[in-house]
Amino acid sequence: MTTLVDPAQLGDVRGLSRARWLRLPLPKVLRGRFSLVAGIVLLLAIAVLCIGAPLFTSASPLDIDPLNPLAPPSPEHPLGTDAFGRDLWARVLYGGRYDLAIAFGATIVTLVVGTALGMLAAYLGGWVESVVMRVVDLFFAFPFIVLVIAIVASLGPSLRNMFIALWVASWVGYARIAHGQTLAARRYGYVVAANVLGYSTPRVLLRHVLPSVAPLVIVFAMVDAVGNVLLGASLGFLGIGVRQPTPEWGSMISEGQAYILSNWQLSLVPGIALVVLGVAFSLLGDGLADVLRAEQ
Amino acid sequence: MRNLGLSWTRLANLVPVLFGITLVSFVLIRLVPGDPATQILGNRYTPEAAEQIRSSLGLNDSILTQYGIFLRSVFSGSFGESYQYHRPVGEILLDRVGPSLLLVAVTAVLCTLISLPLGVLAAVRRGGALDQGTRVFFTLGYALPAFLIGIVLILVFGLKLGWFPIGGYGTGLGGHLYHLVLPAVTLAIPFSTVLVRSLRASTITVLESDFVTIARLKGISAWSVLARHVLRNAIAPVAVVFGVNLAFLVGGTVVIENVFSIPGMGSLLVGAVATRDYPVVQAVSLVLAVFVLAVNVLTDVVHRLLDPRLAVAVTR
Repeated sequence: MTTLVDPAQLGDVRGLSRARWLRLPLPKVLRGRFSLVAGIVLLLAIAVLCIGAPLFTSASPLDIDPLNPLAPPSPEHPLGTDAFGRDLWARVLYGGRYDLAIAFGATIVTLVVGTALGMLAAYLGGWVESVVMRVVDLFFAFPFIVLVIAIVASLGPSLRNMFIALWVASWVGYARIAHGQTLAARRYGYVVAANVLGYSTPRVLLRHVLPSVAPLVIVFAMVDAVGNVLLGASLGFLGIGVRQPTPEWGSMISEGQAYILSNWQLSLVPGIALVVLGVAFSLLGDGLADVLRAEQ
Repeated sequence: MRNLGLSWTRLANLVPVLFGITLVSFVLIRLVPGDPATQILGNRYTPEAAEQIRSSLGLNDSILTQYGIFLRSVFSGSFGESYQYHRPVGEILLDRVGPSLLLVAVTAVLCTLISLPLGVLAAVRRGGALDQGTRVFFTLGYALPAFLIGIVLILVFGLKLGWFPIGGYGTGLGGHLYHLVLPAVTLAIPFSTVLVRSLRASTITVLESDFVTIARLKGISAWSVLARHVLRNAIAPVAVVFGVNLAFLVGGTVVIENVFSIPGMGSLLVGAVATRDYPVVQAVSLVLAVFVLAVNVLTDVVHRLLDPRLAVAVTR
């Protein structure tokens, strides 16, 4: 729940009751959908470059070369070197692994946990609902980044603790959406019928309610992934997420800030990489929302 | 009270939320793994110092007593004593609250100046160049990390052109505002994107409503219909979007204050993380949460003033 919430955008896909989109043959889905295709292509390209980093550079992201600091681009160092003589191209490629890990690692866990808690709260009602939803309300009162920083502060700044903080703080967005949609779904004819037939709670929730909740939370997850990437990078930038000498785009931007006038590429190259990753998720979210809307 | 759309029940509902906020800030500090006193002291550890911290935090008492001690320090306004500055946190906050508030205010004004014309014009000329432009602006804008925008602005307008200072807070109101231009623009760019989008959406809805059609049929010029009939109705829902996203803006100031070295609450918070100054972390998160809550209540009031139909609904 880091990012800007545009209620109108979420509203577009609300009320989907079937998961027909899951069964569509993929090529047909992609046809004529610029956002979706562009998002997938960009994301795949970034993933290939970062995960396959050794294929695209022979330099190490951590090897220091004191004799060659702040070198301009050369055949040996395509983007030049940083203040410690480390190869910038290698650092950008390897550093992206952390940003990708934040995007997926932080988002998938909160997507699953938040959705499950929101659905259970709405379905079980009673004190479970009160407790879960009051906690959600309280977390929403805090600016998200402040909550995350406070948790990191208390656990101690490190990559692992940053993940924990993101998990603790950001399931609430999913819980709120899943709660609302589950409340609505409980009144749908087929859910009422499933109840009457005496199906178990897990079966009703997973087979009958989840298909109407999933499109909403998945589109939100794309928005959230952008937010998590930016937040992870912000913490790296502030020096309380990924830390030296580990390359991470946010922390690299921060390191480069001191040389912004002479070697602007030190900050701007990881910055552009970060924007491209954010745009990739943005486009993917837009594209998915379009697909879901069309299916409605 | 009624006229403002605020009922006593609405205000009474805030009390448990406020207590909840104190509870969350209280629990945050209890997440510290191991003995907090050891963590806080680090290599300055001595048994006496540790014992002193334990008793000042009330760590030897039951958890309820500890919460009581914390609540008392909150209501007395001292928020406990900072480990780093050796002063009551409340006093430090008083020094730091001004720059942050001014930054949020200047940003809010800038956002209005940016998003009002863009959103309305994008709606009026739907599908036109400006509309397409704002769509791109939106997709890009919210994927842009604010601190990167800040660095680029520092590079271009601070270092290359030399028009604005690259950091600090200046002196006097004029100096403050001058120093806040770049930080406020930095924050306004991503924040405006969502306002432009929702203003466009709400303007389109209003443009399609019957009373606008009738006003147009009566022969009133397009611009005057826009100014008199459309704008007021279109702004009301945007006020809500503004309130919903305010927490995002406040979160943004935390990062941006550090980019521009503004001596506000955000730089205080980040500094306190590095020094493990837990009372400061606790107090800043609590104050920011209460601020967001207060502005949300204000947003409700503004919303009702702009849209009297809602106030009627409350009275009934």
